Amino acid sequence: MPAKGGVMQPDRTLKAIALTLGYAFLYVPIACLMVFSFNDSALMTSWSGFSFRWYLELFNDRALLSAAFLSLKIAALTATAAVIIGTWSGYVLARMGRFRGFTLYIGMLSAPLVIPEVVLGISLLLLFVEMGQLLGWPQGNGMFTIWVGHVTLCVAYVAIVIQSRIRDLDRSLEEAALDLGASPTRVFFLITVPLIAPALLAAWLLAFTLSLDDVVIASFLSGPGYTTLPLEVFSRVRLGLKPEINALATLFILVVGIFVIVANRLQWRGEAK
Amino acid sequence: MKPMPAWSRRLLSRRLAILPPFLWMALFLLVPFLLVFKISFADLRFGIPPYTPLAQLEDYTLKLGLHLNAYYLLFTDSLYIATYLNSIKVAAVTTLCCALIGYPMAYYIAQSSPRARNLLLLAVVLPFWTSLLLRVYAWVGILRNDGLLNNFLLWLGVIDTPLEIYRTDLAVYIGLVYAYLPFFILPLYANLVKLDRRLLEAAYDLGARPFTAFFKVTLPLSLPGVIAGGMLVFIPTVGEYVIPEMLGGADTLMMGRIMWTEFFNNTDWPMAAAVTVVMVAILLVPLVIFQRNQLEQMNAGKGGGDAA
Repeated sequence: MPAKGGVMQPDRTLKAIALTLGYAFLYVPIACLMVFSFNDSALMTSWSGFSFRWYLELFNDRALLSAAFLSLKIAALTATAAVIIGTWSGYVLARMGRFRGFTLYIGMLSAPLVIPEVVLGISLLLLFVEMGQLLGWPQGNGMFTIWVGHVTLCVAYVAIVIQSRIRDLDRSLEEAALDLGASPTRVFFLITVPLIAPALLAAWLLAFTLSLDDVVIASFLSGPGYTTLPLEVFSRVRLGLKPEINALATLFILVVGIFVIVANRLQWRGEAK
Repeated sequence: MKPMPAWSRRLLSRRLAILPPFLWMALFLLVPFLLVFKISFADLRFGIPPYTPLAQLEDYTLKLGLHLNAYYLLFTDSLYIATYLNSIKVAAVTTLCCALIGYPMAYYIAQSSPRARNLLLLAVVLPFWTSLLLRVYAWVGILRNDGLLNNFLLWLGVIDTPLEIYRTDLAVYIGLVYAYLPFFILPLYANLVKLDRRLLEAAYDLGARPFTAFFKVTLPLSLPGVIAGGMLVFIPTVGEYVIPEMLGGADTLMMGRIMWTEFFNNTDWPMAAAVTVVMVAILLVPLVIFQRNQLEQMNAGKGGGDAA
């Protein structure tokens, strides 16, 4: 097509400009953070020499380490519960057709995706306070209350990921198993689950990182003695720069980055086959 | 006992399959919000919990106490009104900026070859997987008066005195656009990549110029993606707390921040609850648009919404 060839040149320049600026915006801050985590000076403003000083301090920081341990525990418990409940609801959304209350169902499941986290935080806190008044349980906030808050947030993400994956599945396998007399539960565990296993793993990791990153919900639902990693980090950085946090951020971003890239390569190879 | 007929057993197991996730979300999302609504009509008091009960039975008299003072203050105090307006303005400007940066990016990613597309998309998703808190923190070091950006500009000789960006509204905008940009790009990309290219080719064949073809064909067709992305940015931004707290000044008024102060600093729970109710009321229309959009996308997907 001649018309297309004629517009190719300016279009290509525009494309290069838009993508370069866009990705620079996304990545320059991360790069700065990483570079300055190796800065010898406590200031993030001028380079005074290469050092691993902040990494050493990080590994001797008791408060940060115990907060990290608590956060990893909560994140693992959250991800596991969120994948179970989220997959369940994703399956209902994708395979159960329309039922009474479908709109409410999908409304409740997708609201946590967008609703400001402060709303989730305060409303769950008030629930636990009222429950404590009425039932005498839970007594005070802690791991359990944070876990409930995080699961409620993450179920929404898991359900959306899983329902779209299940919709893309070829239905004939499930139908064949049903025709051969397998019960719907058996079909779900023997056919559907293995087919969506990669999506389940991705959803688990997504829920894990969401829980590991949450400040707002945890602020409302945490109690004394239950300082999660983001709470500890936030209380340090809200007042300014803390070089040991640069080191922490670098480690965090590297671990997550490598994980995501490897997962993507595997998936890409799987699809190319 | 008479055995249940097969169809009613199937119906029962169907109900049982639907119910548990429903119960979780109802108990931990719907009921808590109703409680917020209830407590927004309570009055502050000393004690545990720090608010008055809605109804009390005293000497065989049921006393209902609906206190409207929180709402009265919310609708008359100019500080609160300025806060709502500013939150909406900040969210709207952020959404617009995300659209201006995100649309070209999503458009060109969708036009790339499948292999490049995968890499470019991965690069958009990657920041989303890493900690938002830490990425916002990175901006502190860049935007401060003695930060990297000012040092760089001073070194270039573009400016003589450092720019005041850190702890201003501009810093909040930068942080918000940075944090929410991937949320705009992803749904829009998903829409653009599915766009039927034959429609564009038809427009070209009919003599449309690229500019016209874009505004008459591509943009209208990608509107659902723009709306989905826009809502994913606009709705959470209205109530955002962490970013204005870390990058904004004391005078950056945002609803999430005001609510936080009422709750944690003033321990005025009824007031915090009332601010939350107003926030959700403001977000109601965008939330309905978002839900509609979700539902439509679900129905447009393979398999549709037909009953099994």
